[in-house]
Amino acid sequence: MSNIEKLQFYFGFSYVRYAFIVGILIALCSSLLGVTLVLKRFSFIGDGLSHVAFGAMSFAATLPVMIKKYALAISGEDKLSPRMQSIVSWIAKLNDMYIILPVTLICAILLLRTGQNTRIKGDAAVAMLSVGALAIGYLLMNRYPSRANISGDVCSTLFGSTSIITLKQDDVRLCIVMSVIVIVTYIMFYNKIFAVTFDENFTNATGIKADAYNLLIAVITALIIVLAMNLVGSLLISALIIFPALSAMRVFKSFRSVIICSAVVSVLCAAFGIISSILFSTPVGSTIVVADLAVFILFSLISFFIGKLRKS
Amino acid sequence: MYAQMVCRNAALGYDGRIVAEKLDFTINKGDYLCILGENGSGKSTLIKAILGIRPQVSGEIAWCGDIKKNEVGYLPQQTVVQKDFPASVREIVRSGCLAKCGLRPFYSRTEKELAESTMKQLEIDKLAKRCYRELSGGQQQRVLLARALCATRKMLLLDEPVTGLDPKAQTELYELIARLNREGVTIIMVSHDIVSAVKYATHILHIGKRKQLFFGKTSDYLKSPHGKLFIGSEMIGNE
Repeated sequence: MSNIEKLQFYFGFSYVRYAFIVGILIALCSSLLGVTLVLKRFSFIGDGLSHVAFGAMSFAATLPVMIKKYALAISGEDKLSPRMQSIVSWIAKLNDMYIILPVTLICAILLLRTGQNTRIKGDAAVAMLSVGALAIGYLLMNRYPSRANISGDVCSTLFGSTSIITLKQDDVRLCIVMSVIVIVTYIMFYNKIFAVTFDENFTNATGIKADAYNLLIAVITALIIVLAMNLVGSLLISALIIFPALSAMRVFKSFRSVIICSAVVSVLCAAFGIISSILFSTPVGSTIVVADLAVFILFSLISFFIGKLRKS
Repeated sequence: MYAQMVCRNAALGYDGRIVAEKLDFTINKGDYLCILGENGSGKSTLIKAILGIRPQVSGEIAWCGDIKKNEVGYLPQQTVVQKDFPASVREIVRSGCLAKCGLRPFYSRTEKELAESTMKQLEIDKLAKRCYRELSGGQQQRVLLARALCATRKMLLLDEPVTGLDPKAQTELYELIARLNREGVTIIMVSHDIVSAVKYATHILHIGKRKQLFFGKTSDYLKSPHGKLFIGSEMIGNE
Protein backbone atom coordinates (compact mmCIF):
# COMPACT_ATOMS: atom_id res chain seq x y z
CA MET A 1 0.00 0.00 0.00
CA SER A 2 1.46 3.38 -0.97
CA ASN A 3 1.47 6.21 1.52
CA ILE A 4 -1.39 8.01 -0.21
CA GLU A 5 -3.52 4.88 -0.22
CA LYS A 6 -2.68 4.30 3.41
CA LEU A 7 -3.79 7.82 4.32
CA GLN A 8 -6.99 7.45 2.27
CA PHE A 9 -7.68 4.19 4.06
CA TYR A 10 -7.20 5.68 7.50
CA PHE A 11 -9.09 8.92 6.78
CA GLY A 12 -12.03 6.71 5.76
CA PHE A 13 -12.59 6.13 9.47
CA SER A 14 -14.59 8.82 11.23
CA TYR A 15 -12.46 8.69 14.41
CA VAL A 16 -9.30 9.48 12.46
CA ARG A 17 -11.02 12.48 10.87
CA TYR A 18 -12.19 13.59 14.32
CA ALA A 19 -8.68 13.25 15.68
CA PHE A 20 -7.33 15.36 12.83
CA ILE A 21 -9.88 18.18 13.27
CA VAL A 22 -9.48 18.25 17.04
CA GLY A 23 -5.70 18.19 16.76
CA ILE A 24 -5.62 21.16 14.38
CA LEU A 25 -8.00 23.20 16.53
CA ILE A 26 -6.06 22.53 19.71
CA ALA A 27 -2.79 23.43 18.03
CA LEU A 28 -4.31 26.69 16.79
CA CYS A 29 -5.69 27.68 20.21
CA SER A 30 -2.55 26.84 22.12
CA SER A 31 -0.30 28.77 19.74
CA LEU A 32 -2.49 31.90 19.97
CA LEU A 33 -2.29 31.97 23.72
CA GLY A 34 1.29 30.75 23.82
CA VAL A 35 2.63 34.10 22.61
CA THR A 36 0.96 35.92 25.49
CA LEU A 37 2.02 33.35 28.06
CA VAL A 38 5.65 33.36 26.95
CA LEU A 39 5.81 37.16 26.89
CA LYS A 40 4.14 37.53 30.26
CA ARG A 41 6.64 35.02 31.72
CA PHE A 42 3.76 32.66 32.44
CA SER A 43 4.98 29.62 30.49
CA PHE A 44 5.61 27.76 33.74
CA ILE A 45 1.95 28.16 34.69
CA GLY A 46 1.01 26.10 31.64
CA ASP A 47 3.34 23.38 32.81
CA GLY A 48 1.95 23.43 36.35
CA LEU A 49 -1.64 23.37 35.17
CA SER A 50 -1.02 20.39 32.92
CA HIS A 51 0.09 18.39 35.94
CA VAL A 52 -2.98 19.53 37.83
CA ALA A 53 -5.05 18.32 34.89
CA PHE A 54 -3.27 14.95 35.16
CA GLY A 55 -4.19 14.73 38.84
CA ALA A 56 -7.78 15.66 38.08
CA MET A 57 -7.97 13.12 35.27
CA SER A 58 -6.71 10.35 37.53
CA PHE A 59 -9.25 11.40 40.12
CA ALA A 60 -12.03 11.33 37.53
CA ALA A 61 -10.94 7.89 36.28
CA THR A 62 -10.73 6.35 39.74
CA LEU A 63 -13.84 7.98 41.22
CA PRO A 64 -16.33 5.18 40.32
CA VAL A 65 -13.95 2.52 41.68
CA MET A 66 -13.46 4.51 44.87
CA ILE A 67 -17.17 5.04 45.46
CA LYS A 68 -17.91 1.38 44.81
CA LYS A 69 -15.25 0.24 47.24
CA TYR A 70 -16.36 2.50 50.10
CA ALA A 71 -20.06 1.86 49.50
CA LEU A 72 -19.39 -1.85 49.85
CA ALA A 73 -17.29 -1.34 52.98
CA ILE A 74 -19.96 0.83 54.64
CA SER A 75 -22.96 -1.39 53.80
CA GLY A 76 -21.04 -4.53 54.75
CA GLU A 77 -22.60 -6.54 51.95
CA ASP A 78 -20.77 -8.01 48.98
CA LYS A 79 -23.10 -6.52 46.33
CA LEU A 80 -24.10 -2.91 45.73
CA SER A 81 -27.72 -1.90 46.17
CA PRO A 82 -29.41 -1.12 42.80
CA ARG A 83 -29.51 2.60 43.67
CA MET A 84 -25.80 2.74 44.47
CA GLN A 85 -25.11 0.70 41.34
CA SER A 86 -26.90 3.27 39.17
CA ILE A 87 -25.00 6.16 40.80
CA VAL A 88 -21.66 4.47 40.17
CA SER A 89 -22.45 3.69 36.55
CA TRP A 90 -23.73 7.25 36.02
CA ILE A 91 -20.42 8.66 37.32
CA ALA A 92 -18.46 6.18 35.23
CA LYS A 93 -20.32 7.27 32.11
CA LEU A 94 -19.95 10.96 32.89
CA ASN A 95 -17.42 12.69 30.67
CA ASP A 96 -14.12 13.15 32.56
CA MET A 97 -14.03 16.73 31.25
CA TYR A 98 -16.70 17.78 33.73
CA ILE A 99 -14.32 17.02 36.59
CA ILE A 100 -11.01 17.99 34.97
CA LEU A 101 -12.16 21.35 33.66
CA PRO A 102 -13.43 22.93 36.92
CA VAL A 103 -10.42 21.69 38.92
CA THR A 104 -7.96 23.08 36.39
CA LEU A 105 -9.85 26.36 36.15
CA ILE A 106 -9.77 26.87 39.92
CA CYS A 107 -6.05 26.11 40.03
CA ALA A 108 -5.39 28.52 37.14
CA ILE A 109 -7.12 31.32 39.01
CA LEU A 110 -5.34 30.47 42.28
CA LEU A 111 -1.95 30.39 40.56
CA LEU A 112 -2.53 33.78 39.00
CA ARG A 113 -3.50 35.22 42.36
CA THR A 114 -0.36 33.83 44.02
CA GLY A 115 1.68 35.35 41.22
CA GLN A 116 1.29 38.67 43.01
CA ASN A 117 2.47 39.48 46.52
CA THR A 118 1.91 36.39 48.60
CA ARG A 119 3.97 34.43 51.09
CA ILE A 120 4.73 31.59 48.70
CA LYS A 121 6.15 33.12 45.55
CA GLY A 122 4.77 32.32 42.10
CA ASP A 123 7.34 29.81 40.89
CA ALA A 124 7.41 27.90 44.19
CA ALA A 125 3.62 27.75 44.25
CA VAL A 126 3.54 26.35 40.73
CA ALA A 127 6.22 23.75 41.50
CA MET A 128 4.38 22.73 44.67
CA LEU A 129 1.05 22.40 42.94
CA SER A 130 2.38 20.51 39.94
CA VAL A 131 4.38 17.85 41.80
CA GLY A 132 1.60 17.56 44.37
CA ALA A 133 -0.96 16.89 41.67
CA LEU A 134 1.34 14.40 39.91
CA ALA A 135 1.87 12.47 43.14
CA ILE A 136 -1.81 12.40 44.06
CA GLY A 137 -2.78 11.37 40.54
CA TYR A 138 -0.34 8.47 40.43
CA LEU A 139 -1.24 7.40 43.96
CA LEU A 140 -4.95 7.31 43.14
CA MET A 141 -4.38 5.36 39.94
CA ASN A 142 -2.38 2.76 41.81
CA ARG A 143 -4.64 2.47 44.81
CA TYR A 144 -7.94 2.32 42.89
CA PRO A 145 -7.12 0.88 39.48
CA SER A 146 -10.09 1.11 37.11
CA ARG A 147 -8.40 -1.16 34.58
CA ALA A 148 -5.76 -3.85 34.86
CA ASN A 149 -3.07 -2.00 32.91
CA ILE A 150 -2.06 0.79 35.31
CA SER A 151 1.21 1.78 33.67
CA GLY A 152 -0.53 1.87 30.29
CA ASP A 153 -3.16 4.22 31.71
CA VAL A 154 -0.56 6.48 33.33
CA CYS A 155 1.52 6.52 30.17
CA SER A 156 -1.38 7.50 27.94
CA THR A 157 -2.43 10.26 30.35
CA LEU A 158 1.11 11.63 30.45
CA PHE A 159 1.95 11.27 26.79
CA GLY A 160 -1.50 11.12 25.19
CA SER A 161 -0.33 8.21 23.06
CA THR A 162 -3.69 6.74 22.14
CA SER A 163 -6.42 8.89 23.59
CA ILE A 164 -6.78 11.11 20.52
CA ILE A 165 -7.85 8.10 18.46
CA THR A 166 -10.34 6.97 21.09
CA LEU A 167 -12.26 10.27 21.20
CA LYS A 168 -16.01 9.89 21.42
CA GLN A 169 -18.30 12.08 19.33
CA ASP A 170 -19.28 13.86 22.53
CA ASP A 171 -15.59 14.72 23.20
CA VAL A 172 -15.18 16.02 19.69
CA ARG A 173 -18.22 18.26 19.95
CA LEU A 174 -17.07 19.65 23.31
CA CYS A 175 -13.61 20.20 21.91
CA ILE A 176 -14.84 22.07 18.84
CA VAL A 177 -17.17 24.28 20.89
CA MET A 178 -14.41 25.17 23.35
CA SER A 179 -11.86 25.87 20.61
CA VAL A 180 -14.28 28.17 18.86
CA ILE A 181 -14.94 30.00 22.14
CA VAL A 182 -11.20 30.41 22.70
CA ILE A 183 -10.51 31.67 19.18
CA VAL A 184 -13.44 34.11 19.12
CA THR A 185 -12.56 35.47 22.57
CA TYR A 186 -8.96 35.93 21.51
CA ILE A 187 -9.91 37.87 18.39
CA MET A 188 -12.46 40.03 20.21
CA PHE A 189 -9.98 40.95 22.94
CA TYR A 190 -6.88 40.94 20.76
CA ASN A 191 -6.00 44.61 21.31
CA LYS A 192 -6.67 44.45 25.02
CA ILE A 193 -4.64 41.27 25.42
CA PHE A 194 -1.79 42.99 23.59
CA ALA A 195 -1.94 46.01 25.90
CA VAL A 196 -2.10 43.92 29.06
CA THR A 197 0.78 41.76 27.87
CA PHE A 198 2.99 44.68 26.91
CA ASP A 199 2.37 46.97 29.86
CA GLU A 200 0.04 46.19 32.74
CA ASN A 201 0.80 49.45 34.56
CA PHE A 202 -0.14 51.64 31.64
CA THR A 203 -3.29 49.64 30.94
CA ASN A 204 -4.36 50.03 34.56
CA ALA A 205 -3.68 53.76 34.39
CA THR A 206 -6.05 54.23 31.46
CA GLY A 207 -8.83 52.75 33.55
CA ILE A 208 -8.89 49.29 31.98
CA LYS A 209 -8.86 46.59 34.62
CA ALA A 210 -5.75 44.59 33.75
CA ASP A 211 -6.56 42.01 36.42
CA ALA A 212 -9.81 41.14 34.68
CA TYR A 213 -7.88 40.38 31.50
CA ASN A 214 -5.28 38.40 33.41
CA LEU A 215 -8.17 36.33 34.74
CA LEU A 216 -9.47 35.88 31.20
CA ILE A 217 -6.02 34.71 30.11
CA ALA A 218 -5.88 32.24 33.01
CA VAL A 219 -9.31 30.83 32.16
CA ILE A 220 -8.44 30.39 28.48
CA THR A 221 -5.14 28.75 29.45
CA ALA A 222 -6.95 26.23 31.63
CA LEU A 223 -9.40 25.49 28.80
CA ILE A 224 -6.62 24.90 26.31
CA ILE A 225 -4.65 22.65 28.64
CA VAL A 226 -7.64 20.46 29.31
CA LEU A 227 -8.29 20.26 25.56
CA ALA A 228 -4.68 19.57 24.72
CA MET A 229 -4.41 16.66 27.17
CA ASN A 230 -6.23 14.58 24.58
CA LEU A 231 -3.74 15.42 21.89
CA VAL A 232 -0.28 15.35 23.40
CA GLY A 233 -0.88 14.28 27.00
CA SER A 234 -0.15 16.31 30.08
CA LEU A 235 3.67 16.18 30.00
CA LEU A 236 4.04 17.63 26.53
CA ILE A 237 1.36 20.36 26.64
CA SER A 238 3.86 23.07 27.48
CA ALA A 239 5.70 22.28 24.27
CA LEU A 240 2.53 22.90 22.27
CA ILE A 241 2.10 26.25 24.00
CA ILE A 242 5.64 27.63 23.98
CA PHE A 243 7.43 26.22 20.93
CA PRO A 244 5.42 27.91 18.15
CA ALA A 245 5.54 31.23 20.03
CA LEU A 246 9.30 31.04 20.58
CA SER A 247 9.90 30.07 16.95
CA ALA A 248 7.82 32.97 15.66
CA MET A 249 9.51 35.44 18.02
CA ARG A 250 12.90 34.48 16.57
CA VAL A 251 12.09 35.84 13.14
CA PHE A 252 9.14 38.25 13.31
CA LYS A 253 9.14 41.75 14.74
CA SER A 254 5.56 42.82 15.28
CA PHE A 255 3.01 41.30 17.62
CA ARG A 256 0.51 40.53 14.89
CA SER A 257 3.03 38.82 12.62
CA VAL A 258 4.31 36.78 15.58
CA ILE A 259 0.78 35.63 16.40
CA ILE A 260 -0.01 34.69 12.80
CA CYS A 261 3.31 32.92 12.26
CA SER A 262 2.96 31.03 15.52
CA ALA A 263 -0.54 29.86 14.56
CA VAL A 264 0.62 28.72 11.11
CA VAL A 265 3.66 26.89 12.50
CA SER A 266 1.59 25.18 15.16
CA VAL A 267 -1.15 24.03 12.77
CA LEU A 268 1.36 22.74 10.20
CA CYS A 269 3.33 20.86 12.86
CA ALA A 270 0.18 19.31 14.27
CA ALA A 271 -0.98 18.21 10.81
CA PHE A 272 2.46 16.84 10.01
CA GLY A 273 2.63 15.05 13.36
CA ILE A 274 -0.77 13.40 13.03
CA ILE A 275 -0.21 12.31 9.43
CA SER A 276 3.24 10.92 10.07
CA SER A 277 2.02 9.14 13.17
CA ILE A 278 -0.46 7.34 10.90
CA LEU A 279 2.13 6.56 8.23
CA PHE A 280 4.98 5.49 10.49
CA SER A 281 2.90 4.51 13.55
CA THR A 282 4.77 6.84 15.91
CA PRO A 283 3.08 8.26 19.03
CA VAL A 284 1.07 11.37 18.08
CA GLY A 285 2.05 13.70 20.91
CA SER A 286 5.78 13.29 20.74
CA THR A 287 5.80 13.43 16.92
CA ILE A 288 4.06 16.82 17.00
CA VAL A 289 6.44 18.12 19.67
CA VAL A 290 9.50 16.93 17.75
CA ALA A 291 8.16 18.70 14.65
CA ASP A 292 7.72 21.90 16.71
CA LEU A 293 11.25 21.53 18.03
CA ALA A 294 12.64 21.11 14.51
CA VAL A 295 10.87 24.28 13.38
CA PHE A 296 12.28 26.13 16.39
CA ILE A 297 15.82 25.11 15.48
CA LEU A 298 15.23 26.06 11.85
CA PHE A 299 13.88 29.51 12.82
CA SER A 300 16.79 30.06 15.21
CA LEU A 301 19.20 29.38 12.37
CA ILE A 302 17.28 31.75 10.09
CA SER A 303 17.38 34.55 12.66
CA PHE A 304 21.09 33.90 13.21
CA PHE A 305 21.85 34.26 9.50
CA ILE A 306 19.61 37.33 9.14
CA GLY A 307 21.59 38.90 11.98
CA LYS A 308 24.87 38.04 10.23
CA LEU A 309 23.64 39.53 6.95
CA ARG A 310 22.58 42.77 8.64
CA LYS A 311 25.98 43.21 10.24
CA SER A 312 28.01 42.56 7.11
CA MET B 1 -5.04 79.01 34.68
CA TYR B 2 -7.35 76.72 36.59
CA ALA B 3 -6.82 73.78 38.90
CA GLN B 4 -6.88 70.29 37.39
CA MET B 5 -6.08 68.30 40.47
CA VAL B 6 -6.31 69.16 44.15
CA CYS B 7 -4.83 66.93 46.82
CA ARG B 8 -6.03 67.82 50.34
CA ASN B 9 -4.58 66.27 53.48
CA ALA B 10 -4.26 62.91 51.74
CA ALA B 11 -2.71 59.90 53.43
CA LEU B 12 -1.40 57.12 51.22
CA GLY B 13 -0.53 53.55 52.01
CA TYR B 14 -1.25 49.90 51.39
CA ASP B 15 -1.88 46.77 53.45
CA GLY B 16 -2.87 48.96 56.38
CA ARG B 17 0.47 50.76 56.40
CA ILE B 18 0.73 54.51 55.85
CA VAL B 19 3.72 55.51 53.72
CA ALA B 20 2.99 59.21 53.26
CA GLU B 21 0.50 61.55 54.88
CA LYS B 22 -0.59 65.17 55.07
CA LEU B 23 -0.05 65.68 51.35
CA ASP B 24 -1.37 69.06 50.24
CA PHE B 25 -0.84 70.36 46.75
CA THR B 26 -2.65 71.71 43.71
CA ILE B 27 -1.84 71.19 40.04
CA ASN B 28 -2.99 73.89 37.64
CA LYS B 29 -3.35 73.55 33.92
CA GLY B 30 -0.03 74.09 32.18
CA ASP B 31 2.05 73.40 35.30
CA TYR B 32 5.26 71.39 35.21
CA LEU B 33 5.41 69.72 38.60
CA CYS B 34 8.42 67.73 39.67
CA ILE B 35 8.05 65.26 42.55
CA LEU B 36 11.29 64.72 44.44
CA GLY B 37 12.03 62.34 47.27
CA GLU B 38 14.39 59.64 48.38
CA ASN B 39 13.68 55.95 47.77
CA GLY B 40 10.95 54.66 50.05
CA SER B 41 9.36 58.08 50.52
CA GLY B 42 6.13 56.93 48.93
CA LYS B 43 6.63 58.30 45.44
CA SER B 44 5.35 55.22 43.67
CA THR B 45 2.37 55.05 46.03
CA LEU B 46 1.60 58.66 45.15
CA ILE B 47 1.77 57.76 41.44
CA LYS B 48 -0.71 54.93 41.97
CA ALA B 49 -3.04 57.29 43.84
CA ILE B 50 -2.87 59.94 41.10
CA LEU B 51 -3.58 57.30 38.47
CA GLY B 52 -6.48 55.96 40.48
CA ILE B 53 -5.00 52.45 40.67
CA ARG B 54 -4.81 52.45 44.46
CA PRO B 55 -6.99 55.09 46.16
CA GLN B 56 -5.79 57.21 49.08
CA VAL B 57 -6.40 55.93 52.63
CA SER B 58 -7.89 59.22 53.82
CA GLY B 59 -8.13 62.81 52.67
CA GLU B 60 -9.08 63.83 49.19
CA ILE B 61 -7.69 63.75 45.68
CA ALA B 62 -10.10 65.68 43.52
CA TRP B 63 -10.17 66.19 39.75
CA CYS B 64 -11.60 69.40 38.42
CA GLY B 65 -11.75 71.53 35.30
CA ASP B 66 -11.58 69.58 32.05
CA ILE B 67 -9.98 66.46 33.51
CA LYS B 68 -11.41 63.34 35.10
CA LYS B 69 -9.97 60.35 36.91
CA ASN B 70 -8.16 57.91 34.55
CA GLU B 71 -7.47 60.75 32.11
CA VAL B 72 -3.81 61.02 32.97
CA GLY B 73 -1.36 59.87 30.32
CA TYR B 74 1.22 57.67 32.00
CA LEU B 75 4.83 56.95 31.10
CA PRO B 76 5.78 54.06 33.40
CA GLN B 77 9.25 52.78 34.10
CA GLN B 78 10.38 50.08 31.68
CA THR B 79 9.72 46.51 32.73
CA VAL B 80 11.73 43.37 32.04
CA VAL B 81 8.94 42.05 29.84
CA GLN B 82 9.37 44.95 27.40
CA LYS B 83 13.09 44.39 26.83
CA ASP B 84 12.54 41.59 24.30
CA PHE B 85 8.94 42.23 23.31
CA PRO B 86 8.16 41.68 19.62
CA ALA B 87 5.92 44.62 18.81
CA SER B 88 6.08 47.31 16.16
CA VAL B 89 6.16 50.97 17.17
CA ARG B 90 2.78 51.51 15.53
CA GLU B 91 1.15 48.71 17.53
CA ILE B 92 2.42 50.19 20.79
CA VAL B 93 1.40 53.77 20.02
CA ARG B 94 -2.07 52.60 18.98
CA SER B 95 -2.53 50.75 22.26
CA GLY B 96 -2.70 54.19 23.91
CA CYS B 97 -6.12 54.65 22.28
CA LEU B 98 -7.48 51.52 23.93
CA ALA B 99 -9.47 53.28 26.64
CA LYS B 100 -11.32 55.21 23.92
CA CYS B 101 -12.50 51.92 22.40
CA GLY B 102 -14.60 50.82 25.35
CA LEU B 103 -16.13 47.49 24.44
CA ARG B 104 -15.43 47.86 20.72
CA PRO B 105 -12.81 45.22 19.83
CA PHE B 106 -10.87 47.14 17.17
CA TYR B 107 -9.54 50.66 16.62
CA SER B 108 -11.59 53.11 14.59
CA ARG B 109 -10.20 55.25 11.78
CA THR B 110 -9.98 58.37 14.02
CA GLU B 111 -7.97 56.43 16.59
CA LYS B 112 -5.58 55.15 13.94
CA GLU B 113 -5.16 58.69 12.60
CA LEU B 114 -4.53 59.99 16.11
CA ALA B 115 -1.74 57.44 16.48
CA GLU B 116 -0.19 58.49 13.15
CA SER B 117 -0.31 62.22 13.90
CA THR B 118 1.13 61.69 17.39
CA MET B 119 4.03 59.71 15.93
CA LYS B 120 4.66 62.58 13.52
CA GLN B 121 4.53 65.10 16.35
CA LEU B 122 7.22 63.19 18.27
CA GLU B 123 9.25 62.56 15.10
CA ILE B 124 9.03 58.79 15.29
CA ASP B 125 6.80 58.32 12.23
CA LYS B 126 9.75 56.88 10.29
CA LEU B 127 10.14 54.18 12.96
CA ALA B 128 6.48 53.07 12.73
CA LYS B 129 7.27 49.63 11.35
CA ARG B 130 10.41 49.05 13.40
CA CYS B 131 10.51 46.58 16.25
CA TYR B 132 10.38 48.19 19.69
CA ARG B 133 13.17 46.06 21.18
CA GLU B 134 15.64 47.16 18.48
CA LEU B 135 15.29 50.89 19.23
CA SER B 136 17.65 52.97 21.36
CA GLY B 137 16.60 53.89 24.89
CA GLY B 138 15.70 57.44 23.88
CA GLN B 139 13.61 56.25 20.93
CA GLN B 140 11.80 53.76 23.17
CA GLN B 141 10.85 56.53 25.59
CA ARG B 142 9.50 58.60 22.69
CA VAL B 143 7.33 55.66 21.64
CA LEU B 144 5.93 55.31 25.15
CA LEU B 145 5.42 59.08 25.31
CA ALA B 146 3.46 58.94 22.05
CA ARG B 147 1.34 56.15 23.51
CA ALA B 148 0.60 58.24 26.61
CA LEU B 149 -0.33 61.22 24.41
CA CYS B 150 -2.79 59.02 22.49
CA ALA B 151 -4.54 58.35 25.78
CA THR B 152 -4.81 62.03 26.73
CA ARG B 153 -3.48 65.46 25.86
CA LYS B 154 -4.38 67.04 29.18
CA MET B 155 -1.94 65.69 31.70
CA LEU B 156 1.13 63.46 31.56
CA LEU B 157 2.63 61.61 34.49
CA LEU B 158 6.22 60.52 33.90
CA ASP B 159 7.94 58.09 36.24
CA GLU B 160 11.71 58.73 36.15
CA PRO B 161 11.73 58.96 32.36
CA VAL B 162 15.45 59.55 31.85
CA THR B 163 16.67 56.53 33.84
CA GLY B 164 19.19 54.55 31.82
CA LEU B 165 19.54 57.07 29.00
CA ASP B 166 22.86 58.55 27.93
CA PRO B 167 23.34 62.30 28.62
CA LYS B 168 22.48 63.40 25.09
CA ALA B 169 19.28 61.38 24.99
CA GLN B 170 18.42 62.70 28.46
CA THR B 171 18.69 66.31 27.30
CA GLU B 172 16.66 65.57 24.16
CA LEU B 173 13.90 63.94 26.20
CA TYR B 174 13.82 66.84 28.69
CA GLU B 175 13.57 69.32 25.81
CA LEU B 176 10.77 67.30 24.22
CA ILE B 177 8.83 67.22 27.48
CA ALA B 178 9.35 70.98 27.92
CA ARG B 179 8.04 71.50 24.38
CA LEU B 180 4.90 69.48 25.12
CA ASN B 181 4.46 71.54 28.29
CA ARG B 182 4.66 74.77 26.28
CA GLU B 183 2.01 73.32 23.94
CA GLY B 184 -0.34 73.14 26.92
CA VAL B 185 0.15 69.64 28.38
CA THR B 186 0.32 69.59 32.17
CA ILE B 187 3.38 67.61 33.28
CA ILE B 188 3.94 65.69 36.50
CA MET B 189 7.37 64.12 36.68
CA VAL B 190 8.82 61.90 39.35
CA SER B 191 12.56 62.33 39.29
CA HIS B 192 15.89 61.74 41.00
CA ASP B 193 17.59 64.29 38.83
CA ILE B 194 17.32 67.44 40.95
CA VAL B 195 19.44 69.65 38.71
CA SER B 196 17.15 69.11 35.73
CA ALA B 197 14.10 69.30 37.99
CA VAL B 198 14.85 72.86 39.09
CA LYS B 199 15.89 73.76 35.56
CA TYR B 200 12.65 72.71 33.83
CA ALA B 201 9.88 72.49 36.44
CA THR B 202 7.60 75.35 37.45
CA HIS B 203 6.64 73.68 40.74
CA ILE B 204 8.34 71.27 43.11
CA LEU B 205 6.79 68.76 45.49
CA HIS B 206 9.39 67.33 47.86
CA ILE B 207 8.31 64.41 50.03
CA GLY B 208 10.42 62.92 52.79
CA LYS B 209 9.87 60.01 55.11
CA ARG B 210 6.09 59.85 55.61
CA LYS B 211 5.49 63.58 55.20
CA GLN B 212 5.50 66.44 52.76
CA LEU B 213 8.58 68.65 53.06
CA PHE B 214 7.87 71.29 50.47
CA PHE B 215 5.36 72.29 47.86
CA GLY B 216 5.51 75.48 45.85
CA LYS B 217 7.16 77.37 43.01
CA THR B 218 10.63 76.26 41.97
CA SER B 219 12.08 79.70 42.75
CA ASP B 220 10.75 79.45 46.32
CA TYR B 221 12.10 75.91 46.63
CA LEU B 222 15.63 77.07 45.90
CA LYS B 223 15.40 79.52 48.84
CA SER B 224 13.79 76.99 51.23
CA PRO B 225 15.92 75.07 53.75
CA HIS B 226 15.00 71.69 52.19
CA GLY B 227 15.86 72.90 48.74
CA LYS B 228 19.18 74.31 49.88
CA LEU B 229 20.03 71.08 51.67
CA PHE B 230 19.03 68.85 48.75
CA ILE B 231 20.80 70.97 46.17
CA GLY B 232 23.85 71.33 48.39
CA SER B 233 24.22 67.58 48.85
CA GLU B 234 23.71 67.05 45.14
CA MET B 235 26.45 69.57 44.30
CA ILE B 236 28.85 67.93 46.73
CA GLY B 237 27.92 64.55 45.29
CA ASN B 238 28.75 65.77 41.80
CA GLU B 239 32.15 67.12 42.70
